[in-house]
Amino acid sequence: MEQEVILMKGNEAVAHAAVRAGCDGYFGYPITPQSEIMETLMEIRPWETTGMIVLQAESETASINMLYGGAGSGKRVMTSSSSPGVSLMLEGFSYIAGAEIPCVVVDVMRGGPGLGTIQPSQADYFQVVKGGGHGDYKIITLAPSSVQEMADFTVLAFDLAFKYRVMCVVLADGVIGQMMEKVVLPPYRPRWTDEEIKKNNPWATYGRENGRAPNVITSLALKAEEMEEINLRLQARYAEIEKNEVRYEEVMCEDADYLIVGFGISARIGQKAAELAREEGLKVGLLRPITLFPFPTKEIIRLSNQVKGILVTELSAGQMVEDVRLAANGKVPVEFYGRMGGVVPSPEEILNALKEKIIR
Amino acid sequence: METQIIDPKNVVYEKPKLMNDNKMHYCPGCSHGVVHKLIAEVIDEMGVAEKAIGIAPVGCAVFAYKYIDIDWQEAAHGRAPALATAINRLWPENLVFTYQGDGDLAAIGTAETIHACNRGENITIIFINNAIYGMTGGQMAPTTLLHQKTSTSPDGRDQRMAGHPLNITDMLAQLPGVCYINRTAVHDMAHITRTKRAIRKAFENTQAKKGTSIVEVVSTCNAGWKMTPAAANDWMVENMFPVYPLGVLKDE
Repeated sequence: MEQEVILMKGNEAVAHAAVRAGCDGYFGYPITPQSEIMETLMEIRPWETTGMIVLQAESETASINMLYGGAGSGKRVMTSSSSPGVSLMLEGFSYIAGAEIPCVVVDVMRGGPGLGTIQPSQADYFQVVKGGGHGDYKIITLAPSSVQEMADFTVLAFDLAFKYRVMCVVLADGVIGQMMEKVVLPPYRPRWTDEEIKKNNPWATYGRENGRAPNVITSLALKAEEMEEINLRLQARYAEIEKNEVRYEEVMCEDADYLIVGFGISARIGQKAAELAREEGLKVGLLRPITLFPFPTKEIIRLSNQVKGILVTELSAGQMVEDVRLAANGKVPVEFYGRMGGVVPSPEEILNALKEKIIR
Repeated sequence: METQIIDPKNVVYEKPKLMNDNKMHYCPGCSHGVVHKLIAEVIDEMGVAEKAIGIAPVGCAVFAYKYIDIDWQEAAHGRAPALATAINRLWPENLVFTYQGDGDLAAIGTAETIHACNRGENITIIFINNAIYGMTGGQMAPTTLLHQKTSTSPDGRDQRMAGHPLNITDMLAQLPGVCYINRTAVHDMAHITRTKRAIRKAFENTQAKKGTSIVEVVSTCNAGWKMTPAAANDWMVENMFPVYPLGVLKDE
């Protein structure tokens, strides 16, 4: 059967993909530049088709705690927001990590700090990838760089979240959320039946049927040794994720003398910069981390044995660059070029930065 | 081997089946234990142990899940109504209730409480109002009475500095989503019986999908109030009942 190609915004693709992923419930609060996600869901009325519920919460604090409740009861639930809203959700992120429950959050980043701007940004890499909430926890973080990936990663996020009982964040920037591109929507997957939920998630709170022992979702353990045990279990799971789930894309890296590293929209611009460089005879490649946690550390180590220098480009003051530097470990110069506050650089700017900071 | 002390045919009273034998962490004289027992009894009697999902708060009742053998989720401070909202929407045939103290429900979780009630979520809220933060050692709560001394109002609550006691259930009674509010107490047998009836009624409303039901239990915290249990009961009757009068506030 021929696949239907549709033109739509990244945010709209997320909404359609969530319904098709068999999502049971969406809870959200409006914030630019991602409000189309809930608007699209309300327009396509999935409660009439798949039975998925959609609820507008009173705040991001409420929506993330609705996720905690819904996910704790074994259902596939998601929310979406943008930077200031995600700041409000961080309490919930930490509790969800501590309680070991799976759910999906889509974060379409805008410029900060503070109320900032509604223009695109990638300045919340630290917030999502390095924690933000309290305690030692990690979140599987997927960085889409196209509308197609907005759809595909929404589905993948559910699979990874339930595979490891962790939160999975689709970390997009305002450009990817707002721009329109061709997309082939994922096929419909039926929602889990109640019986499937109970079988797949024996830990969940759906009522202790047939006299089974009570299930309790909590992140509390007052004894230090007991709390350390929980932490060790989480760290072991994160190590497993680092072993199995690293995803990245390499473009023109085979013969590259120089490397550009960027995620999301920065990778799209970085790729264009690499192409412009090649027109000038400079062998430049692009590494695009797709998973920000787990980070493609090994690939950076390998490439830093090959290239003469690395330029990291982000829509921020430089956040992911710290992880690239840690991986390169002084083998080659790692420099940074970024714009802030919602400004998106041109490919020429990045090429110039590469020449000035790396090639010289 | 268990020694049989009483011949089964002579037993006139047993603790509810859903109450397990875990040692309670509550102080002697605290109201929580009595309310826990009533909840377990009502769930037993209604035969809904397989349907019940409780949401525990942050505060003294944070460990409620250790004592009543049903499914529980332990919420962040104040967020229990948000958790209950999602579970109720996703599992509409279950019996979902929250158990919250005054700091949890009427301070940090005010927004979640009001909006869950305003949406008329089919949940029951058991609200323990003892006018103090017990777990953290006796600080001023939103429901602390004027002139009541706590560790953060050592000269007594002064309305110029800390505002007035927040009578949140009176506010919630204004919301069309709320079908039932009963303010009760558990300091003597008559009131314990009334509180049990109130919890039963609230749970039946929830099963019948009538909207949000609230049982506020005006309670003592003798440890936090620095009184004997008996003196705390007397103090509650004399000082709290005039500010939080007992009775049915709403029944629709």
